[in-house]
Amino acid sequence: MSALEKFFDKHRSKFEKGGKLEKWRPLFEMTDTILLWTNERTTKGPHVRDALDLKRFMMMVIFALLPAILFGIYNIGYQHFRAIGASAGFWEIFLFGFWKFLPIVLVSYAVGGFWEIVFALVRHHEINEGFLVTGILFPLILPPTIPLWEVGVAISFGVVIGKEVFGGTGMNVLNPALTARAFVFFAYPAKISGDKVWTVFDAAKDKLVDGFSGATPLLVASTTSAGSSAGAHLMHAGYASYSWMDMFLGFIPGSIGETSTLAILLGALILIATGVGSWRIMTAVFAGGYATALLFNTLAGPANTGMFTLPPYYHMVMGGFAFGAIFMATDPVTASQTKVGKWIYGILIGFLAILIRTVNPAYPEGMMLAILFMNLFSPLIDYFVVKANIKRRLSRA
Amino acid sequence: MLEHYLSLFVKSVFVENILLAFFLGMCSFLAVSKKVETSIGLGVAVTFVMTITTPVNWAINNYLLKDGALAWAGLPNVDLSFLGFITYIATIAAMVQLVEMVIDRYSPKLYAALGIFLPLIAVNCAILGASLFMVERDYTAGESIVFGFGSGIGWFLAIVAMASIRHKIRYSNVPNGLKGLGITMLITGLMSMAFMIFSGIQL
Repeated sequence: MSALEKFFDKHRSKFEKGGKLEKWRPLFEMTDTILLWTNERTTKGPHVRDALDLKRFMMMVIFALLPAILFGIYNIGYQHFRAIGASAGFWEIFLFGFWKFLPIVLVSYAVGGFWEIVFALVRHHEINEGFLVTGILFPLILPPTIPLWEVGVAISFGVVIGKEVFGGTGMNVLNPALTARAFVFFAYPAKISGDKVWTVFDAAKDKLVDGFSGATPLLVASTTSAGSSAGAHLMHAGYASYSWMDMFLGFIPGSIGETSTLAILLGALILIATGVGSWRIMTAVFAGGYATALLFNTLAGPANTGMFTLPPYYHMVMGGFAFGAIFMATDPVTASQTKVGKWIYGILIGFLAILIRTVNPAYPEGMMLAILFMNLFSPLIDYFVVKANIKRRLSRA
Repeated sequence: MLEHYLSLFVKSVFVENILLAFFLGMCSFLAVSKKVETSIGLGVAVTFVMTITTPVNWAINNYLLKDGALAWAGLPNVDLSFLGFITYIATIAAMVQLVEMVIDRYSPKLYAALGIFLPLIAVNCAILGASLFMVERDYTAGESIVFGFGSGIGWFLAIVAMASIRHKIRYSNVPNGLKGLGITMLITGLMSMAFMIFSGIQL
């Protein structure tokens, strides 16, 4: 480590103001702080001495994502071999998924990183690890069959329009990864929705098993005919029948990182233990979603479509609900900042996500847009919470 | 009946938000969304004017202008609908005058903050838009009240959300060329993307 430190110290002067390579300072700064630590010292109070500075803060999210990433890789392979009806060993499955997942992540990091660096160099701001989080979150909410050029176009939109035009990390309004996902969702719907996109197979080469259906559990549940219960329908849907346990463990088709609620909850533990993710928001999202689903269950009449009858604990493990609640809604930049605000923000996300799943026939899943929608209103919630605090304290004085 | 009105209300506020789905009323939305208080004031004023003018224009259209509307006066073959635009605008302008006087009397601070944009409500496209949608969609009297109010609330929601977002990004390091209106336009686009969450809901 000390050799590395000496190396950086030796070359630092070239990148300082007036140095030969001054233009490239953000790049130097980035490598220096990722490999070692930040050299900036605060000159005025308050001084916080903590190993978890803003940059390391973001790295914790990536550690928390590891279980979901590893399981996602395995599940790509698992779904593939299940679809073609072949049996394969653990490593064969894992490596198959790995080679599908790797290019998507590489494109996401390369294209997104390119924009990040261009903006940092032109506008002389620092490159923050925040991008490393966006760059990995985005592939995790995509189906494994997504064309790579679409990944590139979408991450460009997410990074440039979602973040950099506002001035970079910490200044944006919408979650950049979700902005990119929403962009690709509306721009290229054929590649990101329907039941054909969630399982990797080569139509020319692979022979699919009889009755193959790549439909996600949410799609299956939404096709429940009026009068019968969605839970029962899910159990008897032929190839696409899944039990609650399947969905909890994650052996279902879906976006790469979102399928396993168990892996996501492991990540949640890391986030909560390190204080990086807000447990208030996570709890509020689940509580809001649970209550809403319960409400729809009681409202469900014989004429309503099947989604009304889906029990709340099914909603929690299906689609992107858990992933969104743990990793997307808790984004410290775009979420509400006040304590009361976090509860309101989270409950409304849960409410909207279930509402859209149940009553909006246009989208089987509502988590992405529910979070984006509440990102818009989180400043408003904060504004009024702060106003109320001021008023209360004034009246006390 | 009540259910029908409720769904029309939800539709006009969220599903077909007059600002974020039809982009009507952009000028004052962009100009007066710098502060939350001011935007609340303008939002309330617009909602009020819309709630009044849409049913008033409905009455004018149904009893004076529409083809055969003058049957009650013994003129069943008269069609004055070509006078639509000018009459609606006149109604709106008159209503705005009324609101202006009320605000000036009871809240001089808001009156000063709104400045030129208060009389300009008269030419706020959202308000004329609400009246024209009302005519085009053949709403009944009750529906026109609910629709006018709902559209107003939708516009109110959008401008207040925008004002709080602009409040949040006031220290953001926006590129020089995009400062002010540029970034506001971009946020409007992102907002309407997020509002697509409701598109497709059948009510």
